[in-house]
Amino acid sequence: MASLLEVHDLSVAYGGVKAVTGASFYVAAGELVCLIGANGAGKSSLLKALTGMVHVSHGTTKFQGKAITHLASHDIVARGIALVPEGRGVFSRMTVEENLAMGAYTRQDQAEIAADLAQIFELFPRLFERRRQAAGTLSGGEQQMLAIGRALMSRPKLLLLDEPSMGLAPLMVQKIFETLRAVSKKGVTIFLVEQNAKLALEISHRGYVMESGKIILTDTSAALAINPEVRRAYLGE
Amino acid sequence: MSALKPLSRRPAWLGFVLIGIALAIAPFVVQAGLGIYWVRILDLALLYMMLALGLNIVVGYAGLLDLGYIAFYAVGAYVYALLASPQFGLHLPFWITLPLGALVAALFGVLLGAPTLRLRGDYLAIVTLGFGEIIRIFLNNLDRPINVTNGPQGINLIDPISIGGLSLARPQDIFPGMSSAHAYYYVFLAATLLVIFICMRLQDSRIGRAWAAIREDETAAEAMGINTRNLKLLAFAMGATFGGLSGGLFASFQGFVSPESFNLMESIMILCMIVLGGMGNIPGVILGALLLTILPEALRYIGDFQRAVFDRIIVDPADLRMLLFGLALVLMMLFRPAGLWPSSQRQRELLKSDEPAPPGLYDEQR
Repeated sequence: MASLLEVHDLSVAYGGVKAVTGASFYVAAGELVCLIGANGAGKSSLLKALTGMVHVSHGTTKFQGKAITHLASHDIVARGIALVPEGRGVFSRMTVEENLAMGAYTRQDQAEIAADLAQIFELFPRLFERRRQAAGTLSGGEQQMLAIGRALMSRPKLLLLDEPSMGLAPLMVQKIFETLRAVSKKGVTIFLVEQNAKLALEISHRGYVMESGKIILTDTSAALAINPEVRRAYLGE
Repeated sequence: MSALKPLSRRPAWLGFVLIGIALAIAPFVVQAGLGIYWVRILDLALLYMMLALGLNIVVGYAGLLDLGYIAFYAVGAYVYALLASPQFGLHLPFWITLPLGALVAALFGVLLGAPTLRLRGDYLAIVTLGFGEIIRIFLNNLDRPINVTNGPQGINLIDPISIGGLSLARPQDIFPGMSSAHAYYYVFLAATLLVIFICMRLQDSRIGRAWAAIREDETAAEAMGINTRNLKLLAFAMGATFGGLSGGLFASFQGFVSPESFNLMESIMILCMIVLGGMGNIPGVILGALLLTILPEALRYIGDFQRAVFDRIIVDPADLRMLLFGLALVLMMLFRPAGLWPSSQRQRELLKSDEPAPPGLYDEQR
């Protein structure tokens, strides 16, 4: 499999504080890869660095073989990377469908956008029911679905998710993760950053474990799920 | 997106014709009813509409709180004044000075925008507030060592706009019964309509949607692939352009500019027009500008009223005006927090989830 995303020795620092130190990993086309770790391990900083939202102090990021390390966010999105931001970040005063239309901001092909919109509504029937409602009036889970749907509207080659389970009821988390699995089956490559290690390892192919800004462990998700160290630190045993 | 909007079933041209006639005869009706002074107020109202619409792009569309907006008005006014007055002995025609004023203002808009790109909310407000004051203080002090702006005395004897040999200051030479205030009314009206047209097109454009996204959530907007830096600069530049344009018109209309006309209170007043009328909504902003220009003038009559009833002035009308103003704003915030005529998007925020919403994008496509 060809690597879609390749990250080499990536470091991010805020002033003198290092948030990510020398992280290297890859995501191959079609994979669902997760990055697990505790609060403050540097997971979100890593995602922000990938999408050009924070400055990369060291290292390189390659997407489809081309360096994207110091590109601006909008250029990175244009290349086919979509981010579902932490805390969802829906445009609360816009309607559900206006939010989804914003997701296709970089695209011009009206007919295909309409077709994709229909697909998103098929994937999330709940969003179809509420399509004319302001996004701010949706429940947390529905907003998360909207954020995912909106990201998919850009037809990403790589979908990045930052803590999709945050602040959601367990049942809703389950649902969101099932959807992610379905999205992945459709051929979208996914890189999932998550605190809920159990669920993340359940749906992903491979996983990385991050601690204090460093990637300390990597393996197939099945292997990580039975790794004693991981079980003790992240699966509550 | 504009192509997907439902077309009105009513004959739209009829409405436009009626509005057109009303606007065309308005100054004469106002003069007959209230006197020529009120025609001048009407002219000022049009200037404020342009200013409010310009600021609305920055604050209402892109969500960037700008408290120094009057600076662009000042820049436009001074560009016109310096290039068409005895100050430097230059008397360039309006079709050079007006666009140039708008352009220079746009440049200042970018100049202000560039260092503030990373600032949000309160911090942005403070910087823009400072910027507004800097421009005013510069204008106040640029009479030494070389006299550029004539300092606090301001610039006098500014050329009026003249179109094909017809000076707007003396329209009665060609149209008997028409005064300068009438002539300027039509010029301002044309400019205002142009500004409204541009604003409407912007609102429904890709740029307008990107601004809305930035206003709602800048990080998410960035994640959508929106170039937030350029679009924020564009918002500052567009807003400043309209500010500069109305500044130039103001200079030619008054024939005199001084730094005093461009103080902080003016910036706040224009912001109030937007907030009161309905931020982000063009008809709302126009209404707000009209009300806040007319109301203070109307409240002047309180002085006359006091004199008539009590033979003397008990409360200074100027103080009372500010008091009533404050009261009006407090009442607004209590009862119509989204403005007198809010945009559908702001209304939607207050909409309950089970209420039916108007048909949207998806239905048009089916």
